[in-house]
Amino acid sequence: MSLLEVKDLQVRVEEREILHGLSLTVNPGEVHAIMGPNGSGKSTLSHVIAGKPGYEVTGGQILFKGEDLLEMAPNERAAKGVFLAFQYPVEIPGVTTWNFLHAALNAQRKARGEEEISSPAFLKKVREVAKSLNIPQDMLKRGVNVGFSGGEKKRNEILQMALFEPAVCILDEMDSGLDIDALRIAADGVNALRSPERAMVVITHYQRLLNYIVPDVVHVMSKGRVVKSGGKELALELEESGYAQFEDAA
Amino acid sequence: MNVVAKTETGRALDDAFAVARDRLPGKGKIADQRRKAFEAYERLGLPHRRIEDWKYTDLRALMREVLPLAPGPDAAALNRAAAAVKLRAIDGVRRLVLVDGAFAPDLSDLGNLEKGLSIRPLREVLDAGDDGALSAQAFATDTSNPMLALNGAMATDGVVVDVANGTMLTQPLHIVHVASSVTPAAMFTRSLLRLGRDTGVTLVESYLAGEGAKAYQTHDGLIVAIGDNARLDHVRLVEDSIEAFNISSATVSLGAYSHFNTFGLTSGGHVSRYQLTVTCAGEGSNVETNGVNLINGKQHADTTLFMDHAVPHCASREIFRAVVDDRAHSVFQGRIIVRPDAQKTDAKMMTRALLLSDDAEADNKPELEIFADDVTCGHGATTGALDESLLFYMRARGLPEKEAQALLIQAFVGEAIETIASDALREVAIATAQRWLQARA
Repeated sequence: MSLLEVKDLQVRVEEREILHGLSLTVNPGEVHAIMGPNGSGKSTLSHVIAGKPGYEVTGGQILFKGEDLLEMAPNERAAKGVFLAFQYPVEIPGVTTWNFLHAALNAQRKARGEEEISSPAFLKKVREVAKSLNIPQDMLKRGVNVGFSGGEKKRNEILQMALFEPAVCILDEMDSGLDIDALRIAADGVNALRSPERAMVVITHYQRLLNYIVPDVVHVMSKGRVVKSGGKELALELEESGYAQFEDAA
Repeated sequence: MNVVAKTETGRALDDAFAVARDRLPGKGKIADQRRKAFEAYERLGLPHRRIEDWKYTDLRALMREVLPLAPGPDAAALNRAAAAVKLRAIDGVRRLVLVDGAFAPDLSDLGNLEKGLSIRPLREVLDAGDDGALSAQAFATDTSNPMLALNGAMATDGVVVDVANGTMLTQPLHIVHVASSVTPAAMFTRSLLRLGRDTGVTLVESYLAGEGAKAYQTHDGLIVAIGDNARLDHVRLVEDSIEAFNISSATVSLGAYSHFNTFGLTSGGHVSRYQLTVTCAGEGSNVETNGVNLINGKQHADTTLFMDHAVPHCASREIFRAVVDDRAHSVFQGRIIVRPDAQKTDAKMMTRALLLSDDAEADNKPELEIFADDVTCGHGATTGALDESLLFYMRARGLPEKEAQALLIQAFVGEAIETIASDALREVAIATAQRWLQARA
């Protein structure tokens, strides 16, 4: 069974249709890249998969391990193993990263009927992950993302990904706002999480990120549809020829 | 035109005072002051919305009448009170318990008083006769607040705490106000706290209900004089029954270079009004008044602050946070007065309200009255809902909606709670806030 199956998805925001029948099948172990120009609906797709309010699904479905994802609350999706790394991670003043991550992890475990993780065990786990991502300990004591640089925010997203061990990770424009060194650290973190059971969907404007996170499948989105799919070489092709050729195809 | 005609309720209270008078301690000048206080109350009656200070808390509409005096607690009432006190016991404090308007010696801890500390029940002090200061300080008629006047007229008991010059109390005092009467009744208490020079005191006040005590009225008055170079830390927790009324006031005056840090949290009560009047009477004094309202259902909670800068070189800070759910109504009125002589005053006030439902209401009324020209004063007020983008982020990480809200609410009120100086009492306040959040989940 495929891990994530998007079938003929149609989505509206207010009165405007953004996705006009998008389909996508992701199997365990695969890394998919979704590329496309601004306004093609890439972020909308990631938001709808994660369950962000404000989108109206007018047709189609999203199945996760065969279950109807659209029937679930965002927190239920997270507990099932869907993870969205945000393009713009929010700042939450007054809620320490440490406290937030502990509460979130335990909420997920509780939803799955697993035992909660104790503070010492959590501390040990989060320290290990933080170290591997070059995240200083004192960042965990600060408010979530408060005063973090762009690179730190993205690393914090990957820290959470590593901690929650999701089945499918959607990375929304992970490269935006990152310099080359920060990008490399973030990509290394993502690559370390690749496994035969886990799938990733990497949403990006630019081919550059795909030099670091090498995809198995590349999809080109334009005007709310997948207009072309291919292997990793498709990304290089796009870099040469641009998106204009697909604008007409859509 | 206002027609001064006595309402049914007014007549009933008139009779109540006549009846109660025999039960009220204090002879001579004190009895005179009580009568004058009652007359002052009678002239004004229950405050209503056409009186500016009570615009948002119309007691005529909300409370309608002052209930008859609660009977003195019997053994069963004291047992119920003891159970309630035990449930909210704070470690390491000296407990002073008032049950249904009477000091309860068996529930209180008057043993091994530190040197320089004197604690006496108000009734006992009044029965022993006026020492001059009592009539001048504790029962001076305040005609500006009818409810404080009524409190002065009707107070049956309370505690009188005196701290001698140079005494630093290590053990916090904890005044627990417990309602235990199962029939709806009113209790009136008045306490007096006098801190000498170079003293340090921590005072906690809790308002609780014993089992079966529901639609009661608590009327409490606290009079505080802080001596030169002294410090008072004050934490006030209102966890009354959800049908109860709590109409309280505190009047605090600060001597030179003294410090007053007060924090109030209201999560209980049907209607509550806390009127705090703070006067910087000595130069170089410093005031921090902070508060949190956590209310839901049809609760109404009003904190009204008068910050009076009477002398130069004083500073005051107010941080107030309200979290309002369902159809609840939160009121914060903060008036800062800077008198003509009070140059170099530094006064700031920040109030923020968080509305958790469309029907929730928060009224913030900051007022600055500045008569001096060399001062730094400011205020700010905001009202808003929880940030949807933060909520979605948290839910996308697995937190159910109520849990995500709870974390954001804790963060929102955290800034005010953090101002509590004592680690242990800060934890008590956090636990009180968490009880509210858990009840909501």
